[in-house]
Formats: sequence, structure tokens, C-alpha cells
Amino acid sequence: MATLKEVQTKIGSVKKTKQITKAMNMVATSRLRGAQQRMDGFRPYAEKFEEVLGSLAEKAGEEASPLLVPKEEVENIHIVLCTSDRGLCGGFNMNLITKAAELHKEKAGENLEISFTNFGKKGRDWCRKKNMARISEHLGVVGATFGFNVASTTASSLVEGFLSGSYDEVYVVYAEFVSMGKQVPVAKQILPIASVESSESEDKGDEDAPYLAEHICEPPAAELLGILLPKNVSVQLFSALLETSTSEHAARMMAMDNATNACSDMIDELTLTYNKARQAAITAELMDIVGGAEALKG
Amino acid sequence: MAGNIRLEVVTPEKYVVDEEVQIAVAPGTLGEFGVLIGHTPFLTTLKTGTVHYTAADGKEKFVFVSGGFAEALPNKVTVLAESAERRRDIDSDRAKTAMERAQDRLAKEKAEDIDFNRARAALERALYRVRLAETR
Repeated sequence: MATLKEVQTKIGSVKKTKQITKAMNMVATSRLRGAQQRMDGFRPYAEKFEEVLGSLAEKAGEEASPLLVPKEEVENIHIVLCTSDRGLCGGFNMNLITKAAELHKEKAGENLEISFTNFGKKGRDWCRKKNMARISEHLGVVGATFGFNVASTTASSLVEGFLSGSYDEVYVVYAEFVSMGKQVPVAKQILPIASVESSESEDKGDEDAPYLAEHICEPPAAELLGILLPKNVSVQLFSALLETSTSEHAARMMAMDNATNACSDMIDELTLTYNKARQAAITAELMDIVGGAEALKG
Repeated sequence: MAGNIRLEVVTPEKYVVDEEVQIAVAPGTLGEFGVLIGHTPFLTTLKTGTVHYTAADGKEKFVFVSGGFAEALPNKVTVLAESAERRRDIDSDRAKTAMERAQDRLAKEKAEDIDFNRARAALERALYRVRLAETR
């Protein structure tokens, strides 16, 4: 059995760990609140944007923009991998990386060139280790408060790459925030823009449809669509980043909560061991004294 | 006046304006336009510039917008902008610094097109901000 001193030291160290995990939990909680607010703030913009884009696309038709047309021969794939910068958030990063690796494996099987853009250090480290082609990396974005310009700068370089032929398909891998306890890694194609004839407009019923059909457009619908589509990529990317950021904080919160609980359990266990050891020592001492007294008598 | 129309100015971060107005005037790419209630459905891109409107209580208000587009419906105008600020919220010091930076860059980097265009856009935004802030 461990000595009393050893057990005591161990209890002390677990207590300190518990303090740290508890503090991290609280930090993650407050950051999560901020991230969720930003997600809520973005929703009206995204919804309106999609609505307008959907109605425009219907009007302008498929060939309106090269961004809508799938390339005939796909040779270069680009993956935007969103992960967090820091660890200690459970399986969060691993799930995202596994998702990206799956996508990579699937595409690599078809002899395609694959390159990466990294948001977040964890994904970058993975790509570096695996010797993937990396185009650019952005650290300190996910997990902090970032503006729309981050998304739009990256998006415009993606669009440029797509138009110039450096990339034939662009995917973004991010963590969708479903609930506090659930974040799902998702791989989504953002270029070519898959189908804008959004399910949205169908959901909302036909009330809006005749309205939109009568819109006067300035410049003409096709041209307007050409201007708005690249923006759509920014919107998609921004929403992916927001989701990842929210998910990261939620994942860290859960992980730290579990760690704090595990610490409490461990402290209970160790305290029990400590008490047992102490009791054993006392008993042994008593036995000694009693034994000695008996010997003197005899 | 026949009635008020709802004006919404939305950025990716938040609602900047959401109120009933008498008239809203926005800088369309092909020319400035005003919207009253009962406007025909209309969709346009916007230049960097100022949206101004007369609030329901008759006060005139100004909002800086850039990188946006607007949709007008008979009872509602929605402006979606990459950035938008009410006149009172403009940080004029920051805008001035941005203006100087953009001017420096323009002086130096005329050779490279992409940077040139970006710097010019930045200068344009800064200029409009500064000008609008000065009318406070």
C-alpha cells in the first residue's frame, strides 16, 4: 500500500487539476455563449441571402455563371479543413480530421491532386505530418472572434482558383453544431455551387414566388447573379467557420465537464485510500503499545 | 404620406437598422434610388456609400454601407451589406488611419493589379466613412 505522504501528494495534485479543468469549463461556457450569439446574428443575413439567390438562379438559369457549372474533368480537389487551434476538447479535432482523411482517401483513389487550406492549428499539424499539399493556413481564427472579411478573403482566392482551373472542386470540412452534446463533422462541396434552386423557396410555400418572379433587376438578373455567387462562397465559408467555432467551445465544455467529474471521483477514491492507510497505521501503533504493555506485565 | 415602409439593414454580424421609415434612399450601382411604401419589387447591387432614410418621427438618419445589395418589396426594403454602420457609430480615427494606409499603398503598388484594386476599394470605404463622420 502507498504511504500516507504519497497519497496526500496525489490528492493535492488531482485537486489542482480539477481547479484547472473547472476554470477551462467556465471559460468555454462563456465563449460558447458569445459564439452562439454570433451564429444567431448571422442567421438573418444568411437566410435572406439564400432566398434572394434562389429566386435569382431560377430566373437566370444554369449557365449564368461558370461557378455553377461542374467541370467536365475533375483533376484538382481543394479541401478547406476547419479545426481548432488548441486541444483539450475531446474527440473534436480527431473527428474532423478523420472526416477529411476519408474524403482524401476517397478522392485519392481516383488519382486526383488534392490540396488543403487550413483553418486551425490541429488540422495544419495533421496535414504537415502527412505531407499534404497546403496552400494556405489561418491560425487564431476559429475559437477567437473573427469578422466576415476572413471568410471573404479566403473565399475570393478559392473562387479565383476555381476560375483559373487550379481547383476543379472545393470542399469544406467543418463541425456542424447540432446541440451542446453533439457536433457532427460535415464535408460540404462549395464549388462548383451545387444547387441554388434552394429547397427554401419550396418550403416557404408559393406566396413569395410570384413576388420574386416579378422583380426588376439592376443590373440584369444574370449579371447580378454573377456578382452574388462569389459572395455566396463567402457566406458558406463564414457559416462553416462560425459552426466550427461554436462546436469547438461546446466540445471543450463537455470535455472539461467530464474531466472535472473524473477528478471528483478520483479524489473520493484517493481520500478513501488515505483514510484506510491512516487507520491501518493507527491500528498498528496501538497493537505495538498494547503488545509492549503486555510484555512489561508478563 | 401614405404610410411607412420597413427598412432592414443586415450585416453578417447583426441587424444594424430595423425600423419603420417614411423613405429610404440607397446608392444603387446604376444610380441612387429612393423607396417609398408600395415600391415595385426591385433588386440591385449597391455601391459603397450612404443609405439615408427619414425615420417615422421625421428625423433624418444615415448609415454607411459597403459590399452590399438591396431588395425592395412593396412593404419592406432589405439591405444586405458586408459592413454597415450608423453614422454615430463610425470610428473616424480608424477610418482616417485606414485612409492613409490605403493612400500609401496606392502610391507604392501601382504595378500589381490585385493589390491595387483592393487598396482602391479600401480607400473608397475609408473615404466614405470619413466624409459621413464629418457631417455629424
